[in-house]
Amino acid sequence: MAAEPAKVDPMYQFTIEPLFGSANWEIAGFNIAFTNSAMWMLITTVVLGIFVWGGMKRELVPGRWQMAVETFTGFVENMLEANIGKAGRKYVPYVFSLFMFILFANILGLLPLGIVGLHPFTFTSHFTITGVLAAISFSIVLIVGFWKHGFHFFSLFVPHGTPLPMIPAIFLIELVSFAVRPFSLALRLFVAMMAGHVLLEVLSSFVIDGTNAGAHFGLLVGLPSFLLMIGICALEILVAGIQAYVFALLTSLYINDAENLH
Amino acid sequence: MDVEAAKLVGAGLAAIGAGMAAIGVGNVFGSFLESALRNPGAADGQQGRLFIGFAAAALLGLLAFVVAMILIFVA
Repeated sequence: MAAEPAKVDPMYQFTIEPLFGSANWEIAGFNIAFTNSAMWMLITTVVLGIFVWGGMKRELVPGRWQMAVETFTGFVENMLEANIGKAGRKYVPYVFSLFMFILFANILGLLPLGIVGLHPFTFTSHFTITGVLAAISFSIVLIVGFWKHGFHFFSLFVPHGTPLPMIPAIFLIELVSFAVRPFSLALRLFVAMMAGHVLLEVLSSFVIDGTNAGAHFGLLVGLPSFLLMIGICALEILVAGIQAYVFALLTSLYINDAENLH
Repeated sequence: MDVEAAKLVGAGLAAIGAGMAAIGVGNVFGSFLESALRNPGAADGQQGRLFIGFAAAALLGLLAFVVAMILIFVA
């Protein structure tokens, strides 16, 4: 392969670029430049706001848009009630926002827009973003747990009926597995999104290099790769939905651990 | 073998973990489908647990991807 054809770097799509330069954007020594990640978060919020606003018509027989919004809110409400019980209702705003934000973020990152220099950016493919979302969920768990139960919250780590000699070991193991929860939440979403986009980029590099190498390679390598890309995109849409659902589901399960100890 | 090459070989070996993740996830969904066909009425109630199982299996397999990334970009 000659060095002339452009090398497709699968990790380049994740670079965060300050949109208006990063020279004058500072508060107290911290750089707060408006990046492409921030812009896509803004776009996601606006699209989500329009979606929910369009469904707030309160018609007795709902039209399609209102039905769609009510499907999502009903889905989140049912999930919280199934996992937490009656006390789950007060978490609906948070879990609904979390679920819809992640869902729209994942799906907007899959949009097939492509102009030189401009491309959809999946901001949930950065550990910083998913880390903050997981930290918010975990903080809610800790705050609810300690507010409601005080130090009795630590009884969560010693299941009922544990034999006395095993209590120290079980307590430590349960404590560690509890502390790993925010990392696992953040890591799951981050890796799923990043891996999917890296795979699509690598396949697209096959298409580009194949067609650059001539018509034979273009058909032999480029065409199957392109068809595979279409299939992987369908899978990515499914994964986008599943990862958003899993994030919200696990958040509600962790809140259940805090609300009702076991 | 120099360090750079060893790192990349290690990252390639981490892909075996991704294959095992595929087996794990397939196991979860396969068991669900098998038992759902035996008892379809009880299937809808267990969908939540299906996705919890999928998430756990997927996460542990994705840890292999994380190891590969650490080898390539960090260490």
